[in-house]
Amino acid sequence: MNGLSRRAFLFATATASGALLVSWKFARADQPLPYRGARDEAQALGDFVRIEANGDVIIGARGCEIGQGVKTSLPMLIAEELDVGWDRVRVEQLPYGYVETDKGPSNRYGGQGAGGSDNIPSGWKELREAGAVARWLLVQAAAARWGLPAAQLRSQSGAVIAPDSRRLGYGELAAEAAALDLPKDPVPLKTPEQFSIIGKPTRTVDGEAIVTGRAQFGIDAYFTDTLFAVMLRCPHLDGGVEKVDDTEARKVPGVKNVVVIEGPNADEPIDGVLASGVAVLADSTWAALKGREKLKVEWTEGPWTGESTSALAAKANELLDRNENAVPVRNDGDFAKTRKQAPIHLEARYEMPFLAHATMEPPGAQISIEKDKAVLVASLQSPSGASQIISKLTGIPRKDIEIRLTRSGGGFGRRLKNDFVAEATLIAKAAGKPVKLIWTREDDLQHDFFRPFGVHAMSAALDKKKKIIGWSHRCAATPRNYRDRGMAEGKTPLYIGCVEPDDFPAGLVANLEKSYFPVASGMPRGWWRGPIHTFHAFAVQSFIDEIAVATKQDAVQLRLDLLGPPRHMKYEDSDKPGFETGRLAGVLQLAADKIGWKDKRSDGHGLGIACHFTFGGYAAHAFEVSVEGSELMIHRAVCAVDVGRVVNPLGVEAQMMGGTLDGISTAMNLAITLKDGQVQQRNFTDYPLMRMAQSPQSVEVYMVESTEEPSGAGEIGVPSAAPALANAIYAATTVRVRKLPLLAELKRML
Amino acid sequence: MPDTPSRASKTLPPPAPIGAEKKAEEVQINGRPYYPGGDPDMPLLWYLRDVLRLTGTKYGCGIGACGACTVLIDGKAQRACLTPVKATMGHAVTTIEGLATDAGLHPLQRAWIEEDVAQCGYCQAGQIMAAADLLARNPNPGDDDIAKIPNLCRCGTYPRIRRAIKRAAQIAREGSK
Repeated sequence: MNGLSRRAFLFATATASGALLVSWKFARADQPLPYRGARDEAQALGDFVRIEANGDVIIGARGCEIGQGVKTSLPMLIAEELDVGWDRVRVEQLPYGYVETDKGPSNRYGGQGAGGSDNIPSGWKELREAGAVARWLLVQAAAARWGLPAAQLRSQSGAVIAPDSRRLGYGELAAEAAALDLPKDPVPLKTPEQFSIIGKPTRTVDGEAIVTGRAQFGIDAYFTDTLFAVMLRCPHLDGGVEKVDDTEARKVPGVKNVVVIEGPNADEPIDGVLASGVAVLADSTWAALKGREKLKVEWTEGPWTGESTSALAAKANELLDRNENAVPVRNDGDFAKTRKQAPIHLEARYEMPFLAHATMEPPGAQISIEKDKAVLVASLQSPSGASQIISKLTGIPRKDIEIRLTRSGGGFGRRLKNDFVAEATLIAKAAGKPVKLIWTREDDLQHDFFRPFGVHAMSAALDKKKKIIGWSHRCAATPRNYRDRGMAEGKTPLYIGCVEPDDFPAGLVANLEKSYFPVASGMPRGWWRGPIHTFHAFAVQSFIDEIAVATKQDAVQLRLDLLGPPRHMKYEDSDKPGFETGRLAGVLQLAADKIGWKDKRSDGHGLGIACHFTFGGYAAHAFEVSVEGSELMIHRAVCAVDVGRVVNPLGVEAQMMGGTLDGISTAMNLAITLKDGQVQQRNFTDYPLMRMAQSPQSVEVYMVESTEEPSGAGEIGVPSAAPALANAIYAATTVRVRKLPLLAELKRML
Repeated sequence: MPDTPSRASKTLPPPAPIGAEKKAEEVQINGRPYYPGGDPDMPLLWYLRDVLRLTGTKYGCGIGACGACTVLIDGKAQRACLTPVKATMGHAVTTIEGLATDAGLHPLQRAWIEEDVAQCGYCQAGQIMAAADLLARNPNPGDDDIAKIPNLCRCGTYPRIRRAIKRAAQIAREGSK
């Protein structure tokens, strides 16, 4: 090892029981890579595999499990290359893996956040390599034991096998393998034909823990000697605490303390707490809740007291009417000229409401802060963000902040923010005790980072042959989050999260313009599952349908004509591969075939279809609906999806089923509205998620068999659901819903 | 009489000091008696979670609208977030932790695993407890019966919940033959 200390270089160590701990990458970032593997070479090593002497295999799961299935799918990647039977694998959740290297902060496990459907794409190579390196060590150990060249040996299901069929189980080899040096060269990975775990339907590893109540969520963690905290937050956007009378609150048995938490100033980025408020600390959640009820707080109202949803809608439409000072997003050819000359011109506007995340497990956090260290247990999507916030608020170095990850009761983008961690940190600092912060559902719906509100103005020009030759997409919306630090400092374009420059049909129509008009608002905004995609697919895919209807074209064929021959196009939303027109056409055609698009429906049934490209994946939805009285009946729900090679078919099916139902539930009924600068919704009674009785009996999911690199599946199931549903409603009723939520709009229009 | 067991272990309640018959001053939880000594108005949900550390029963809305906290009280599905501890005195409470027996997992738990129902998993204990009530009343529930379960699932697992309940009914029928 060129004079390097083996111990410094290799973190494969034998434990007392002969267990093998295999790290993969390298011990210190300043040393050369033993093999080329990690995408980010600055990221340090991590431990993923442990093999007990009895052959049990423990695999570490690095991701934040928010219901998207990464606690199962990521370890599958490791197990595949390790060559073990999945039934011998036990999965353990890894903590947040912050380490400091000479090159700066890093993570020994690689990326651990949950966003952008990125866990599978980023883990696809890294985690298979982790498994392959572990397997390589075991084969070397067997070669040494038998005195045979390693090249003559093979592995199979947790054993190394010699040419004469002798076998050594991994458990028998573990201790010896742990004493070996890591490979100097890249270890070859399996070819897809050799896969025995990837591609097999695999149930969630926590299945039994969940059905017996043993699975641990953030809310289930209790520190010894903890105080339970709830907060009363200012109901006015950017308001503050004027005066607190906590006399009665402190009289409630069990209440121990009352603490004021200052919110951010109205003109500052929000990267700590979200709102000003008053925290009540008690010896149980119940006592804290009772204490909160007794608080008497006078609030300052802040600068947004007049804000309302109706005023925002009027403002957005006014901006679109005036059409001045647009933020340019994209400009191809000359739309204005094309429109003037075109024989056919169509336009429509679509209104999108604010949305809350409403994770079933509300935000919350458990934190223990001592002089020079802190421990956090919480349901998170961005543990690195949590680590930064705690460090900033306490001065404790990040390396001394331990973050334990749990399952999360849903994420949907809510936990990409760590305002609840900031609150718990400040409360614990003030109280001098560990704190368990609970958010009630009312807290959650009233104080979210909501999906933006906005109006899309669509316009199309068609030639005599009814071909689309001009396309304009102007969007007036509350920027996704103007108090995001990147946006506040002007680093991130204002339109990010509301209009996507490269989204369909960009590049497919010669004359295309996209522009953006920011609408000022005091509502905090953030990412909501498939953020930009759910926000504008409804407008784009509804409008295409309107063009088809108005010009008497088939809605599937019109899209296929636009997509044209299969080709690769750039799509710069991230580091994901670009957009393949053929793959979008493929899922569209598949959904059309499965719903029986060409078969005429009678009895008031209508078919609707839509498709969309999200974070490297392709999906199309097709629904068959009828409207009876004012009741919407969904008779069939079809979802066709292409996420490249499918790692876990059972998991992808679940994500598509769930994404489809999320899309339907949200489109039908959900909206957050503002009046007098306050959120009007308080609980599930006025933010009515779909119940079983309203849900389609089943969602038919069809996956395209593909050898493409896998993309994530957590978000692609949502965006095309809402427009497909609205298009189906039009087909059944000739009522065009251009404003969400659609059931309220449908009732108004029928 | 000892007060509320305050050092209850994470997964198992402490041993019961007396037999299992129900008495007015005790609440029976998963077959063991408890003597809640704190605020009698405390909802059963917080007693289970904060005091007994039976955390399988989940908070979701606090107003009985979502069903994440569903438990069985004398076999009937109830919302633990709305039920004061004092109202459970003299009654038997079953939580998700008490659904399995010495004979093994409840047919619903087996079916739930086999159908791979859970996504985030947070609402599932409540869903299973609601289904347990349904199956006890109706061993062969149809689609309409199942659709009456009002529990919310934000991940959209309803189609698999439907399949799991039907599968559990089948497991139970086969088991009783």
